[in-house]
Amino acid sequence: MAYAERALDALGDPTRRQIFKRLRGGARSVGQLAHGMDVSRPAVSQHLRVLKDARLVTDRAEGTRRLYAVDTRGVEALRNWLDGFWDEALSAFKSAAEQEAANERKST
Amino acid sequence: MSVQAPPATAWRVFTEKMSSWWPLGHYKIGKGKAVEAIIEPHVGGRWYERGEDGSTCDWGRVLVWEPDVRLVLTWDINADWQYDPKLNTEIEVRFIADGKERTRVELEHRHLDRFGARREQMRRVFDQEGDWGKLLGMFARVAEQDPSS
Repeated sequence: MAYAERALDALGDPTRRQIFKRLRGGARSVGQLAHGMDVSRPAVSQHLRVLKDARLVTDRAEGTRRLYAVDTRGVEALRNWLDGFWDEALSAFKSAAEQEAANERKST
Repeated sequence: MSVQAPPATAWRVFTEKMSSWWPLGHYKIGKGKAVEAIIEPHVGGRWYERGEDGSTCDWGRVLVWEPDVRLVLTWDINADWQYDPKLNTEIEVRFIADGKERTRVELEHRHLDRFGARREQMRRVFDQEGDWGKLLGMFARVAEQDPSS
């Protein structure tokens, strides 16, 4: 849950969404990510750090470069969070239905 | 999910008494406090919330109304907080008798890709405040991520 919330917050920023979207096309360096965007390389690095903290992005060294890619753990956390919404709603429904059934049994 | 209640009771609580269990504190779209979640009991009926000031916000409508057995609702709220009858993601709920006193309740939220088809629009949801915006944004995100949908 904590990572899902962090992921949601991280993706709340349009520039970070743009970066995340570009990484879905494959691993890229900071330079490649910054190319064609309206933000500086240091700003891209800063955004990548936030995405990394939310487990949406991983990085690895390749030669002299550092490559960034989508981290499936954060994506999985988001998926679980969505499932959690229905779990929350349905477990509340279950309690209400069972209470109602108990009342009916009492009154007959 | 297995519920200790006959199908007719489970159905009634799900449909007529949705306000008693739906987490209205977190999951609503109106600006004010929502006090009721209402499903009109027929095919084509509205599914909506009512705020304490009496205003209503549509969520979707009823596609299938088979009392005690099956309910299909559309979920039609778009990125602009407007009811969009073309959006049509679907929530199907099945009530399956398991003896006289138990019901298996299965829920499926499908066609999330229809958010995906409008993801440019849905993306703006992230700029909205609140859990509901996050939730809808998530639907869009999952739809984008899931190649099977």
